Amino acid sequence: MRNIWTIAKRDFKSYFTSPIGYIIIALFMVITAKMFNATLGAYIDRSAMFQAYGKGPNIHEGIFRPVFGNMNVILLFVVPFITMRLFAEEKKQHTLELLITAPITMLEIIFGKFLSSVLVVLAMLLPTLVYPLVVMSTASLEIGPIFTSYLGTLLLSTSYMSLGILYSAMTDNQIIAAALGLFSILFFWLISWGAQAAGPVWGDVMQYASLITHFENFSQGVISTPDIIYYISFIGIGLFLTHRTLDSYRWR
Amino acid sequence: MIQVSHLTKFYGPRPAIQDLNFSVNRGEIVGFLGPNGAGKSTTMKILTGFMPASDGIAKIAGFDVFDQPTEVKRNVGFLPENPPVYTEMTVRDYLEFAATLHQVPRSELKRATDSAIERTGLGDVRNRLIGNLSKGYRQRVGLAQALVHLPKVLILDEPTVGLDPKQIIEIRELIKSLAGDHTVILSSHILPEVTATCQRIIVINRGRIVAEDTIDRLTTRMQKGLVYSMVVKNPMDDGIQALRQIDGVSHVSASGSKLTMELRPGSKEIRDQIVETAVTRRMGVLEFSAERLSLEDVFLELTTVEENSGRSSTEPNTALQ
Ligand SMILES: Nc1ncnc2c1ncn2[C@@H]1O[C@H](COP(=O)(O)OP(=O)(O)OP(=O)(O)O)[C@@H](O)[C@H]1O
Ligand SMILES: [Mg+2]
Repeated sequence: MRNIWTIAKRDFKSYFTSPIGYIIIALFMVITAKMFNATLGAYIDRSAMFQAYGKGPNIHEGIFRPVFGNMNVILLFVVPFITMRLFAEEKKQHTLELLITAPITMLEIIFGKFLSSVLVVLAMLLPTLVYPLVVMSTASLEIGPIFTSYLGTLLLSTSYMSLGILYSAMTDNQIIAAALGLFSILFFWLISWGAQAAGPVWGDVMQYASLITHFENFSQGVISTPDIIYYISFIGIGLFLTHRTLDSYRWR
Repeated sequence: MIQVSHLTKFYGPRPAIQDLNFSVNRGEIVGFLGPNGAGKSTTMKILTGFMPASDGIAKIAGFDVFDQPTEVKRNVGFLPENPPVYTEMTVRDYLEFAATLHQVPRSELKRATDSAIERTGLGDVRNRLIGNLSKGYRQRVGLAQALVHLPKVLILDEPTVGLDPKQIIEIRELIKSLAGDHTVILSSHILPEVTATCQRIIVINRGRIVAEDTIDRLTTRMQKGLVYSMVVKNPMDDGIQALRQIDGVSHVSASGSKLTMELRPGSKEIRDQIVETAVTRRMGVLEFSAERLSLEDVFLELTTVEENSGRSSTEPNTALQ
């Protein structure tokens, strides 16, 4: 555990020794703030309209579902840039030799690096807590769906990471790692779009394989075990392949 | 402290090292000498557990490099060819990180890093970013990283590359001061480098050990001149006698069917004569080789000092038949 933390701490810090960490967090804040404002504005207009008929739309459905949906799209584009350096940079700087010849296991190295990027995403999500807090200060908001949406977002973005980290282990070029990561994540997102066209059996398979399908329940306040199993397996497979890739890099 | 037997490594179909056998005793400083592409770095990467061998066994401090990698790594400090430094970290932070990775307890961290900084002369730059340091200083940081957890065994791949003459002397002194407490293997492709620091050298060329001895004995052997060896079917006495008569041969010894002929220093080319004599005497020549000649060549290549010339990508042109 100490070893994982040692690696994670170093990597997390190194995001913030260059501007990249701050830039990512700042951009994310600006964009989500704009989104929140726009969604909130639209919601208020609509509810004024609905008020005439006595019953307004649900706050979570009206504001936070679209906000989380957009947030997940932004994360899709940001995460590959967070994970791209994890191994590519170590290979380029020859520092992977230090890690591999230290008395720690490859698994600890991978978990440590993975954890560092999870922490970066948490640092991005943390400021977004103000949006539900703002709403709660003036209206009554159900806490449950907000919580599950955050949980789902975290699972979804760690799934992105497991793909990003895999490509970072395959190359010593960060840009290539980011590009391949982005394409693969997009693939696992958009695969559900093809599902309708693919016929009954393949359609179901594609629907199931899609990353976004499994976010649906979380966004409605439901935690379902199959969805959690899907995300955990997705992450597990990504990290497993990363392990294999790094091993074969040593065995060459 | 280090035992290596039959160590072999293939990159694809090509062997980088083949059937290496050697051992290093506790507290010894051993030089690994060989031209570019000889297989020095490959051997060191295997010893440190960076990559597995294709065949053979390597043991450090009694632990098998392949079966007990964690125990081995705990006891080894490694300076790879390229110092494995994070340019965005300060010297202090980096060494603390390296120490933590090598399981130095938290309470000892400060003492361990301070002592490594002091020993490698990094005091003035301890709070600088490594990315802003010169190549020589980065090399020292790499060395400090290898020392920081006080490992039993130090494996240093070309530790003085990129240093200026004054720094070279300092680092050599430092390495020499490590003898006794630490067992050290260092590699170099420059003969003076190893003669200055090591008690024993292992000469490696094209993936094979071509000589292994103390510096003194290797040099005397060199001065003896060339040595040919010949394997024959009938090692009869009169045939051997005839070989002794050849002008330029100083000594012939026979062990079973293998004859070894030492040549006088500065002797002219007489291989034709030797073989001819063996043929006329019907000794039945099976093999003729000049192994020591290649050692000579290796040494020639090594003694031509090429400090600071950086990496050369050319393969060694030394013939080893
Ligand atoms: N990753 C690799 N893939 C394929 N061949 C390799 C690889 N690394 C080294 N080799 C080959 O293996 C041989 C030994 O290389 P090695 O780096 O061990 O030599 P060296 O003695 O350290 O040389 P130098 O003095 O140049 O550092 C060389 O012929 C080299 O071309
Ligand atoms: Mg080398």
